[in-house]
Amino acid sequence: MNTQAATRKPLLATALKDATLAALVAFGLFGLLIGLRTGLGPNAALVLTTRFEELAIVVAVVFAGSLLRSLLFGRGPLMAGRFKPLLESRAARIIRRLAVPALFALAICWPLLTYHNRYLLDLGILVLTYVMLGWGLNIVVGLAGLLDLGYVAFYAVGAYSYALLAQNFELSFWICLPVAGILAAFWGVLLGFPVLRLRGDYLAIVTLAFGEIIRLVLTNWQSFTGGPNGIGNIPRPSFFGLPFNEEEDGFAAFFGLEFSSIHRIVFLFYVILALALITNWVTLRLRRLPVGRAWEAMREDEIACRALGINTTNTKLTAFAMGAMFAGIAGSFFATRQGFISPESFTFNESALVLAIVVLGGMGSQVGIAIAALAMLGGFELFRGLDQYRMLVFGAAMVVIMLWRPRGLVSTREPSLHLPKPEPSKGAA
Amino acid sequence: MEYFLQQLINGITLGSIYGLIAIGYTMVYGIIGMINFAHGDVFMVGGFIALIAFLALVAIGVTAIPVALFLVLLIAMALTALYGWAIERIAYRPLRQSFRLAPLISAIGMSIILQNYIQIVQGAGAKPLPRLIEGGHTLIDSEAFAVRLSNIQIIVVLTTFVLMVAFSWLVAKTRLGRDMRACEQDLKMASLVGVNVDRTISLTFLIGAALAAVAGIMYLLYYGVVDFYIGFVAGVKAFTAAVLGGIGSLPGAMLGGILIGLIETFWSAYFTIEYKDVAAFSILIVVLIFLPTGILGRPEVEKV
Repeated sequence: MNTQAATRKPLLATALKDATLAALVAFGLFGLLIGLRTGLGPNAALVLTTRFEELAIVVAVVFAGSLLRSLLFGRGPLMAGRFKPLLESRAARIIRRLAVPALFALAICWPLLTYHNRYLLDLGILVLTYVMLGWGLNIVVGLAGLLDLGYVAFYAVGAYSYALLAQNFELSFWICLPVAGILAAFWGVLLGFPVLRLRGDYLAIVTLAFGEIIRLVLTNWQSFTGGPNGIGNIPRPSFFGLPFNEEEDGFAAFFGLEFSSIHRIVFLFYVILALALITNWVTLRLRRLPVGRAWEAMREDEIACRALGINTTNTKLTAFAMGAMFAGIAGSFFATRQGFISPESFTFNESALVLAIVVLGGMGSQVGIAIAALAMLGGFELFRGLDQYRMLVFGAAMVVIMLWRPRGLVSTREPSLHLPKPEPSKGAA
Repeated sequence: MEYFLQQLINGITLGSIYGLIAIGYTMVYGIIGMINFAHGDVFMVGGFIALIAFLALVAIGVTAIPVALFLVLLIAMALTALYGWAIERIAYRPLRQSFRLAPLISAIGMSIILQNYIQIVQGAGAKPLPRLIEGGHTLIDSEAFAVRLSNIQIIVVLTTFVLMVAFSWLVAKTRLGRDMRACEQDLKMASLVGVNVDRTISLTFLIGAALAAVAGIMYLLYYGVVDFYIGFVAGVKAFTAAVLGGIGSLPGAMLGGILIGLIETFWSAYFTIEYKDVAAFSILIVVLIFLPTGILGRPEVEKV
């Protein structure tokens, strides 16, 4: 008791000192930007209005927060390394085994559960689109270890391919889908060539630049892409030739159902579910093929890879092409679902979101990516009420999750190869 | 010829601003090997702090423009440096031992936070400021075209030049610069020989943010307007500049910045203004095909 009392007092003193410092820093950070607000005055000149109450509140919150943190957790780092892996214990292992079937069952039943709730059904489609994009990008980032910051470019290529093919040549969705995938894969190879010699972060900036080039061309090539106004009236997909309308030859009439606009949405849901599952299946199969093994070997050590006689050029190009193909397919699905596309849908933020999903999902873990997509987009919708604070919370969540679990939500990836006697793995980088 | 000269002047001015931001990227990358994605937004925050500080100074009666601008420079550099420090402390330091992509995601999150924070506290609209520094010189006055060099352009280029010289001196001659170069070579080894690694990295972020703040002020003075979204575009361009010049190299960052500025200006002047960014990015890709480590970058030595 005595020792506790002895350590308690300096703790309080240092905690107070730290909190005061934190409050001072907060005052420096927020003093001008929150305390004063610029607004347009009568003759279009800027005038300042004061907001000292808000400033006082923010500084007080920082002071109290810092004090509480020091008293509760001590002065050490708050986040990193404090938490054991989530899925370590025996009970957790059972949960993990059940997670895949549970998620799968939920996905299958989702339209039945939300049949009368268009909003939730749409949300389901959105989440699955990002799951598919995440699984596609995972091939490039998670398996091949190539950092791609311009993934959205291929998504855009797919969306515009379908929209333009459908409008100019009146091709159906089901013909355009593979065509869009092939075109996106072609662009993937096109991007792949110049970056073959680049490493790490040079690659990142080139892919980012590529994404921006595609977006800028889509915005400015008015005669071809419609420019910033985008392309509207993109044809909807049909159910094996049966359109979703009230006509005699429509889907509802053919099956003797009462017409409902939700049929089409349910159909779209199952289409994207199927596409996402195909992506997953292909990825899992590829990992067992020589090319998949080569991807993972290249991620671990490119030099060793070359020494073993693996053609890193082809390995990189196939990774880019496969990843791009799935993005292209997802893109044409996006175009047919929205019925309208414009360059606004293909900004860097989308690339960042998909990359965040892959990294949060644990880089290479298929289930992890599905959970991360659900968490990110579900969370994003939960905070819809926060309005303008939503993006702020979103950014903060990205930072906090990274600090809390730098290796992602599900950081244990099943190794592709099992050694007879498993050695303690060092973990993939 | 006159037209060409005018574009050259404009391009170098713009390129100086990019170069100042690019130094922040290149230093951080050189030392801890991460892309500080939030750096472009730190530049934007610097511009906003400068704007508000200027208006506040005018409001309390400091109306002499040179005095006010000097004070604004000090305030904006100090407060933006504080932002740089705080961001490193909160979002990057805990992740230093982590794997490569974790700090990048954290930085992208930080960039989203800064953009939306400014949008919330200062509004989404563009903030115009009347031209503070008037006047200029007419260099060549032919009947077809008059080449003008405005005072603000002189100030931008001179400030950049002075800062570059000061900063190169800091890196080459001072204790801090030596620590920085040691950290750049090997973080663990540097800490073994008594370099305070945490402090050096903090100071790097501090200096990078202060230089970004200067760029923010120059942007504000040159264009007379800031909004919460300028950070992303300027950040991508500046990072492109850093890579083009060879990431990790200080003269490279400046050279890359000026090159990007020139490409953009000349493309807008002679071709189409809509495709100026496409031109800048395409040239980046082309340069990297032939010089994979940038113009002044050292080739990476691969050891097995």
